[in-house]
Amino acid sequence: MEIQFAGFGGQGIILAGYLLGKAIAVYEGKSASMTQSYGPEARGGACSSGVVVSRNPEELVDYPRVTRPDILVVMSQEAFSTYLPRLKPEGTLLYDADLVNPESIPEGVTAYPVPATRLAETEIGKRIVANVVMLGALVVLTRVVSPEALREAVRTTVKPDYVELNLKALEVGMAYAQNLLQPQEV
Amino acid sequence: MGTQTVTPQAVQHPYTRYLRTDRLPHIWCPGCGIGIAMGAFLAAVDELGIPQEKVAVVSGIGCTGRVAGYVKFDSYHTTHGRPIPFATGLKIARPEMTVVVFSGDGDLVSIGGNHLIHAARRNIDLTVICVNNFNYGMTGGQMGPTTPHRARTTTTPYGNLEFPFNLPYLVAAAGAVYVARWTVLHVFHLRESIKEALQRRGFSFIEVVSPCPVGFGRPNKIGEGLEEMRFYREHALIQNGLHPKDAALSFRDRIVVGKFVDEARPSFLQVLEDHFRNASRDPSHREG
Amino acid sequence: MSNAVLTGTHFMLGDHACAEGAIAAGCRFFAGYPITPATEIAERMARRLPQLGGVYIQMEDELASMAAILGASCGGMKTMTATSGPGLSLMLENIGLGIMLEIPCVVVNVQRGAPSTGLPTLVGQGDVMQARWGSHGDYEIIALAPSSVQEMFDFTVLAFNLAERYRTPVILLADEAVGHLTERVVIPPPEEIELWERPRPTVPPEEYLPYATDESLIPPMALAGEGYFVHMTGLTHDERGYPIINGEAHERLVRRLLEKIRKHAPEIIRYEEVLMDDAEVAVVSYGITARSALRAVREARRQGIRAGLLRLITVWPFPEDQIRELSRQVELFVVAEINQGQIRREVERAAAGQVPVAGVHKLGGTLITPDEILEALWVRKP
Ligand code: SF4
Repeated sequence: MEIQFAGFGGQGIILAGYLLGKAIAVYEGKSASMTQSYGPEARGGACSSGVVVSRNPEELVDYPRVTRPDILVVMSQEAFSTYLPRLKPEGTLLYDADLVNPESIPEGVTAYPVPATRLAETEIGKRIVANVVMLGALVVLTRVVSPEALREAVRTTVKPDYVELNLKALEVGMAYAQNLLQPQEV
Repeated sequence: MGTQTVTPQAVQHPYTRYLRTDRLPHIWCPGCGIGIAMGAFLAAVDELGIPQEKVAVVSGIGCTGRVAGYVKFDSYHTTHGRPIPFATGLKIARPEMTVVVFSGDGDLVSIGGNHLIHAARRNIDLTVICVNNFNYGMTGGQMGPTTPHRARTTTTPYGNLEFPFNLPYLVAAAGAVYVARWTVLHVFHLRESIKEALQRRGFSFIEVVSPCPVGFGRPNKIGEGLEEMRFYREHALIQNGLHPKDAALSFRDRIVVGKFVDEARPSFLQVLEDHFRNASRDPSHREG
Repeated sequence: MSNAVLTGTHFMLGDHACAEGAIAAGCRFFAGYPITPATEIAERMARRLPQLGGVYIQMEDELASMAAILGASCGGMKTMTATSGPGLSLMLENIGLGIMLEIPCVVVNVQRGAPSTGLPTLVGQGDVMQARWGSHGDYEIIALAPSSVQEMFDFTVLAFNLAERYRTPVILLADEAVGHLTERVVIPPPEEIELWERPRPTVPPEEYLPYATDESLIPPMALAGEGYFVHMTGLTHDERGYPIINGEAHERLVRRLLEKIRKHAPEIIRYEEVLMDDAEVAVVSYGITARSALRAVREARRQGIRAGLLRLITVWPFPEDQIRELSRQVELFVVAEINQGQIRREVERAAAGQVPVAGVHKLGGTLITPDEILEALWVRKP
């Protein structure tokens, strides 16, 4: 199982990958590896992180780099165009609905618009937690990890003063995703 | 002076106990000045009463680099140019020790020049005694970073086309808190200066102008060791407090000597101690 | 102090795990110079060491960093530096000094694409021979290759233990992929971390001969400031540590330095074998590439190919006896490494024409995939 996060620097793309990886590897006891983009491209420009989960929890991830993601989370137009072609044909796409204009999503791909940045601003008053809102949505939409494991990862990672804020962001994302999953009223 | 009792039966030089006598005779040429510089250093240690096991000497490569092999302290003969960083590590590991770098101009200023200026900049608590013989003696008299303009060496057979460093100016600009220059003729001043330097916290630097009859004296028509000493007597000019900018050696006319810099600035280890106290209150070790 | 060993389960960057391993091993002095992809080790040490009464010092270059860790080790500290290929090129000068003076210390090389500045942010495994032969003259070196973040921790501890026990610099030959990987690391409680210390003199200074050894060939080490008046020189020296410039003395000293490691090689050499019992083809790999190799071997088994993996943990000393042994069992070696065959040549040398040796090689920048190794195994398809 491969999950790719992509966007631009300052959006917390790397933290998102870290939190997800930690939730899976530490709090669910599975084997997971996280990688991130390095160098000048990681500062302000394009930014990405990836999590690979081993098929067998007893074994190390054999190839720790994301090659064909099963799940793609994009928070910029550039990230969308760069990474969409790599998404598996039956893959799942989450995109920030206000930052990405999703032209031509291949058939077979399940796509979810999540206005994470807007939700972070309106519901929490902090744009900076858009990444965690996105994670909340991801948990509900893909069940790649349990909400409790993710909460625990937040609690043990972010600075104590920001734990509440980030936990709230998770809830906002989860609630939004729950709504998305409700059968659409016609 | 020395505290040993001298009996008529066994007259021993008072500083013999600071020497690895089983390593003598030394390799230095007749008329070489390195032994005098080393003697002044031993006298300084003795007069300050620093316990012998609390002194470490670190040298690099070259004639002066051999000092580490003759002195009976913990002594390290390292690689060419690197005695200062080696001594930096040693001093940090053993802050209670007096760590002295004893090496030549080629070692400290050419191949080790970067370490020299950075050690001065960080004001690491070391005393550097730099014997300047104006050439690479060990390899047979080649031009180096202190060779005077137009001077003859085996690699400047038509005269040196380059210009030498003014060492006091260089290390003062880099941040040394104590900077002096003496010749080996000025044994008394040199010993007193080394004593001062050893008592300063931070980076102290003493340039010791020294005869090298083989590599420098003869080819430049100054002559053997004794003539070089005579040359120092005639040309040396003591100018304590002179701005190091004006302390350039113009070898043919005058040799400016003296103490040029003696000022206080928090040393690396002083700052480090404060830093410990600050950092140990910071429990942060969260990942990310 | 209580937070020296961060006992517990973490999700940690490889470079950070290396720093934590060093701290757990008792390292309290780090001298370094920033270089991608090893900078995170320095950053972690700069933050952590002052909390523990240790010292991080940023030197002016790698020459100085290496010299400083030797000096501090002579003062009795456990010391480390971390760099990548370009920095290791500079450190090799004083790695030679460390070997000659027999000073314990750990040098981390997080390998990147090379030669020259190469690929600062991307993986390479091209410094294997540099680690072995990079400094001038004949010497033996110990180098360990971690394949995971957990091993970045474990092998750093091991590197310190080997450095201390055998009084020698040890190289942790990591790579960018492992250094920049974030994975689960379990850090045991301090009492479960076995630490070895350098041999120390048991005789008073008058009787002490700094380089006299018993049959272990490892001389006890007196530290600065203890009244032993040690003299150490990079010149060829006798048991007193005094320079002695002749062929006989050189033969005696250098022979002992070589034998010191060779004699103990059986205790030093470590490797892991997976599915090797009935294997007809042995994949030999190390570092990050060993993970792809493991996947390839498992997949090959599924396809009916009797493949096994020999994963090198100590790249140096090289387990040549084991390769010789396997030459009687397997019909093919396949060496997978991100270089043009540095370990393959060693396998060829040890296999000595008994068994063919193939290679899966890249130059750096990308990992070798399991499929690329698998393809090389298809020649053995039933
Ligand atoms: S070559 Fe010069 S510096 Fe070297 S020992 Fe002889 S006189 Fe002294």
